[in-house]
Amino acid sequence: MSAVIKVENLSKLYRLGMVGRRTIAEDFNRLIARIRGKENPYLKIGETNQRNSKGNSDYVWALKNIGFEVNEGERLGIIGKNGAGKSTLLKILSRVASPTTGSVKVKGRVASLLEVGTGFHPELTGRDNIFLNGAILGMTQDEIKSKFDSIVDFSGVERYIDTPVKRYSSGMYVRLAFAVAAHLEPEILIVDEVLAVGDAEFQKKCLGKMHDVSEKEGRTVLFVSHNLQAIRNLCQNTVILNNGEIFAAGKTEQALRDYNELIRDIKITADTEIGNQINRRGKGRVRFTGIEIMDEFGNKRFKFEIGEKIRVRITYEIFREIDGLNYLFALLSGISRECLTLFEYEISRDVMKPGRKGEVVIEIPELRIKPGEYPLYFELTDLKYNSFAKDVIDDLTAPLVITSNGNKEIFDDTKPSGYFVTESRILQNEIYEAKEISKVL
Amino acid sequence: MSENSQDEWTLEIKPVSGWFNFHLKDVWRYRDLLMMFVRRDFVAVYKQTILGPFWFFLQPILTTITFTIVFGNIARISTDGIPPLLFYMSGIVSWGYFSDCLTRTSSTFVSNANIFGKVYFPRLVSPLSNIISLLMKFGIQLFLFLCFLIYYYVNDANIHPNFYILLTPYLLFLMAGLGLGFGIIVSSLTTKYRDFSFLVSFGVQLLMYATPVIYPLSALPEKYKWIVLMNPMTAIIDTFRFAFLGAGTFNSGNLIYSSVFMLVILSIGIVIFNRVEKTFMDTV
Repeated sequence: MSAVIKVENLSKLYRLGMVGRRTIAEDFNRLIARIRGKENPYLKIGETNQRNSKGNSDYVWALKNIGFEVNEGERLGIIGKNGAGKSTLLKILSRVASPTTGSVKVKGRVASLLEVGTGFHPELTGRDNIFLNGAILGMTQDEIKSKFDSIVDFSGVERYIDTPVKRYSSGMYVRLAFAVAAHLEPEILIVDEVLAVGDAEFQKKCLGKMHDVSEKEGRTVLFVSHNLQAIRNLCQNTVILNNGEIFAAGKTEQALRDYNELIRDIKITADTEIGNQINRRGKGRVRFTGIEIMDEFGNKRFKFEIGEKIRVRITYEIFREIDGLNYLFALLSGISRECLTLFEYEISRDVMKPGRKGEVVIEIPELRIKPGEYPLYFELTDLKYNSFAKDVIDDLTAPLVITSNGNKEIFDDTKPSGYFVTESRILQNEIYEAKEISKVL
Repeated sequence: MSENSQDEWTLEIKPVSGWFNFHLKDVWRYRDLLMMFVRRDFVAVYKQTILGPFWFFLQPILTTITFTIVFGNIARISTDGIPPLLFYMSGIVSWGYFSDCLTRTSSTFVSNANIFGKVYFPRLVSPLSNIISLLMKFGIQLFLFLCFLIYYYVNDANIHPNFYILLTPYLLFLMAGLGLGFGIIVSSLTTKYRDFSFLVSFGVQLLMYATPVIYPLSALPEKYKWIVLMNPMTAIIDTFRFAFLGAGTFNSGNLIYSSVFMLVILSIGIVIFNRVEKTFMDTV
């Protein structure tokens, strides 16, 4: 096997903040340094890429000294928290952005899918857009012509092929766009999290296609995703990025174990990831201030054997008056993200005054589910489930991991899967009155 | 795989490439994309308008009428004895192509940022496609101009079309080159500092007055003539008018000056453009 991508010492420096008069002065300093044959003065003051801590410098290393190789026919997964540098890396690999230092060597044609349907023009028909999008992705007219029927077939929108795509439903739009991309035949295919948009069936189809092009045609695939299950199914090897550096790299199973260690570090506080609309949704009337998963002895952990007692402890704080308080806690499916089981408790029926804090512990005495990873969902809401009085933490903590250490016989694989109900009880529900309203937001 | 194939990398991505790597081979490889962009522009531009391509006619006609009234009838600027309508229209049609090229290409990076940020293709394809699709508009307007020309010719006006008309493709080439050259320089400069984009729209307006569009070269006082002659567009517009109307002069020296100017500006433009295209995603 030979390497088809070789990344050496790759670094990328970004300047934060606005472009204005100050940047002119900096440009000027850079120019003077270059004329005098010196190094770019701003390379030295870059800081590591840590999203949640406030930095002192305007310059940040989005990537720092990255190095790895990808072999021919390999499927490599790239994972990392938001802002770890995944997209920057992909952008450099697909030549959209250029590195600050270091180099990437590539053997063969590269096609990258950082977005589905790049360059689609809403006024043009599906037919025209297939040709346009194909050309943007690097196909020639003849190539597209020869694959046209198969593209239309894959997309399943034959009936609307002569309708402008602005009349398409968003699902049809994505299907058509991915169909074009799926028929690219590059030696190296780079895919960013474009699959997050389609339905479960469509995602499966896309993953299958990526698997096929690598397995049957010996092409190399680089795949970035937050969906660990997809990475696990598709990629043999995985690179984990953290704060712009490689945290771990190697066989996917091992790398994912390391990754779980890494994201377990996330500490939920009142303002963790507030800006993140996907994983944390809430208007700030009530906030989680802590979430812990423990065993019955109070040890924090995320990994449990089938049937072990699990305790979930949360703390919260009220910032503006809300009408009662409900607490929901759910286990999601690692694959489809559907809710598998839901625990719901009424914490208070009274009007909750600002400044009140509380603590809730619930216990699940016996959780008998298939070994695997289960993303967690937490929600606090008022009694009427008003969306303005919510705080949601959706798959932001590490997932719950269920293992079956030798006890395979306990779990019956033939049982139907889907939503289930399991017993739980509330161990502790304390509300502390306000002494002082802490300032958040 | 043999040992030595390890070294046969097809592509190396490095911080900066040489100053004079024009990537023209790359552009050629993407010629299909170029044609798709042209097609897209042409199909999409007048979608959901009732008059459609008729707008191509309306714009030069209205401008010509305005110029005829303002500069011909009110200001009474000489037109070298040519019917004012033809005089102005010839200037407007040819100047229009240049100014369209310039303004359209000058927003290349800013207006294509979303595509450029997602997929790689030689960026030069984008401004090139603009220039080609604008030819379509020029062609339609030229046809309109020819209709008027024939009408006046049949009615024995004082016009003398001659064989210099054969130079028209070359004049177009010069205008395209100048528009592209200036345009991509501006577009490269605007990625970080948008100040230049303000300059373009009225800069083009001002430049028109430094070009013999609304006046013949002969109407200029000797004192200022050299300023107008410095302008590379002067020879082009003048030649165009001489070819179709037979007024003014044809000066091959001036035309060669314009050609050299075009080559220089275009080369500078491509060099800057190629430098910027690698880093623009970080600053746009």
